[in-house]
Amino acid sequence: MDLKPSAEYIEFRKEVKSFLKDNLNMAGKARNPARPNKNELEWQDKLIKNGYAARTIPKDYGGYGAEPDVLKSRIIAEEFTNAQIPLGMANQGISMFVPTLLELGTEEQKKSWIEKTIKGEVIWCQGYSEPGSGSDLASLQTKAVDDGDDFIINGQKIWTSSAQFSDMMFCLVRTEPDAPKHKGISYILIDMKTPGIDVRPLMTMTGHAEFNEVFFTDVRVPKSNIVGNRGEGWFVANATLTHERGMLGDPNQASTRLKEIIDLMQNETINGDKLIDNPVHLDRLMRLQARVMSMSFNSLRSLTASHKGLDAKMAKLIVKLNGCQLNHDLAGFAIDLLGELGTIYGKSNHDHDSGKWQWRYMFDLGLIIGGGTAQIQKNIISEIGLGMPREPKPMQEGKK
Amino acid sequence: MEFALSEEQELLVDSVSKMLSSSCNVDELRSQASGEKTFSNKINKEFLEMGLNGLLVPEKLGGSGLGILEASLIAEQIGKFAAPAIWVGNSVMTPICLNNDENKDLAEEWLPRIADGSCTSGVAINEYISKREDNGLTIDNGKISGISIFAIDSETNPDIVITAIQDELYLVETANEKIEISNLPTIDSTRVMSEIVFHSCDAHKINGGKDLIEKIIDAGRVVLSADLLGASQNMLDKAVEYSLERKQFNRIIGSFQAVKHMCAEMAADLEPCRSLVWYASYAQSNIPKEAHLTACHAKAHLSEVAHDIARTATQVHGGMGFTDLLGLHYWFKRIGLTRQILGGPEIVRKEAAVSQGF
Repeated sequence: MDLKPSAEYIEFRKEVKSFLKDNLNMAGKARNPARPNKNELEWQDKLIKNGYAARTIPKDYGGYGAEPDVLKSRIIAEEFTNAQIPLGMANQGISMFVPTLLELGTEEQKKSWIEKTIKGEVIWCQGYSEPGSGSDLASLQTKAVDDGDDFIINGQKIWTSSAQFSDMMFCLVRTEPDAPKHKGISYILIDMKTPGIDVRPLMTMTGHAEFNEVFFTDVRVPKSNIVGNRGEGWFVANATLTHERGMLGDPNQASTRLKEIIDLMQNETINGDKLIDNPVHLDRLMRLQARVMSMSFNSLRSLTASHKGLDAKMAKLIVKLNGCQLNHDLAGFAIDLLGELGTIYGKSNHDHDSGKWQWRYMFDLGLIIGGGTAQIQKNIISEIGLGMPREPKPMQEGKK
Repeated sequence: MEFALSEEQELLVDSVSKMLSSSCNVDELRSQASGEKTFSNKINKEFLEMGLNGLLVPEKLGGSGLGILEASLIAEQIGKFAAPAIWVGNSVMTPICLNNDENKDLAEEWLPRIADGSCTSGVAINEYISKREDNGLTIDNGKISGISIFAIDSETNPDIVITAIQDELYLVETANEKIEISNLPTIDSTRVMSEIVFHSCDAHKINGGKDLIEKIIDAGRVVLSADLLGASQNMLDKAVEYSLERKQFNRIIGSFQAVKHMCAEMAADLEPCRSLVWYASYAQSNIPKEAHLTACHAKAHLSEVAHDIARTATQVHGGMGFTDLLGLHYWFKRIGLTRQILGGPEIVRKEAAVSQGF
């Protein structure tokens, strides 16, 4: 245990700080939305050139080409957050598709897509889940039928965030209907402007459409758009699912929320008394603070493991389950602190938080379910982490 | 930045674990529970042979001069085996209390003897944190009188007892003083809590005041949180192990999702606790401004998680968990006691809040 940074990292932190100081003006215009404007594209480009975005992507594909160093990545994230400057883009294309392509794509695919994706010129959405295939993702039914140089795709995807403004989709489709379920899937890239694609917003319990449904009717996609081999899409996709689980449940978000809650407790009153002076509320705050701290330290421990090239094992497996639940509990606590005012969810003179805690409370429940449900996470923890067996498969209907 | 144990620390854990796995099984706990309530001589002898009592005693006074993180790593193993060993009072709080420039004479007199085992030290500090009934100590003309309950590491008739009155620490040499020590019949038979009655006993003042009192309580809390970590990890491991052996409906019960999810929840709650204990232990020696807060959170949070795991792991064992046959209840009860000593969760969380100015 030595939590003091070495000289190399102290120096690196200085560099990041001075970069941010010098570029505050330009950064101020960038807000990192899902679909970047001209300012944001220029900012992203600048970040890449200086190694603060696409840091480990090889130069040949438009990246900065640094060796992976999780400690440096963390310093970048911390300093940008402290300066309240948006980090480089982190959409699904950059976080999930690019790592997959780097690992399993052809040279031509890498050359075609990586640079445009990391620069924010091409925005991607992910087409995995289907109405009938959630936790059992490998049972997906969207069909891709062989037709000469193309596939003809029919079916439906759901939970497709960003689909309404995406240029491309990385998608799982069934190309071999007669193969066992895990072996009949291919990972294919679809141009969202192809005729036959219909994107419909999916209204959620929050009152907003954070996701979409995407319908495919006779959508023609060239066979060369498959990543990896035909029929091996399940394994290609699994390379990226681990990236997604790392993104969900990030402890930095919980730390930020805890700070917001302390502010709220210091400013809000009930019967004239500050909430921070109420011992029952304080006890609940302390319980949550201990959980937030534990998860931050857990992430330091995982960080050290990945820095050394070791598997963090259990410390990594629990992040999605714990992190999403913690964020949800923090939002629930903030609502309780606001009490009846915490239920206001619209324009009102009595609005104290623009409805953000209610939105988070609901949306986080979605995150507990999405990206591998809490129950699936518990299966993974018990099977991979604790060595317990898989649930035996029930006898198939019709089989003797 | 390196958030991991060093090779030396891993070796230390390994050797203590090996020693305890051969000398501290459930039979030892059982004979402990049925006999006179004292610490296991067998285990304490092994501790001395390994030089563990002097872990926090500086090298020039005959110890190994290690830190609170090492003390916590050993406490985790003690908790894992529910070992009837003296530790937190004698080998952690006492050396921290005396090993400073202000108390050089006392340190030179007593710490070499703590390290070589020719002396043991109890800590009677409960009333500083939580005063119950009419207990409490007073000092008059340098003489201490009164009752202190839940004294730690005091059942082997310690040579010295460290206590706090108001905001000062005192050391009492028991040899020629009128002092009565009796054991409290708590749920936990793997450790003894004592009641000490002082009858006008001569006391040496220990310099350091409130800050030093808080420092030794923080250290005690962190090390107890490590004991909880070890005890909980053992209960979880035993639950998983049992679920992979026990069959019902022609299947091992560990293949039922209901049981798997109970185990996964225990693991998910416990894993970040390990990082909290490491960090809090490291902070005691290296990050003074975070020492108190992390000690409070480690003690309170581990108490909550351990409490849940004690219940859930027992439930995974079904009826067998409820019987005396497997001895799982020794850990259940050890956790139950540790949760309350040096401040229960509500008391400690209140301190955590106050320390942040809330």
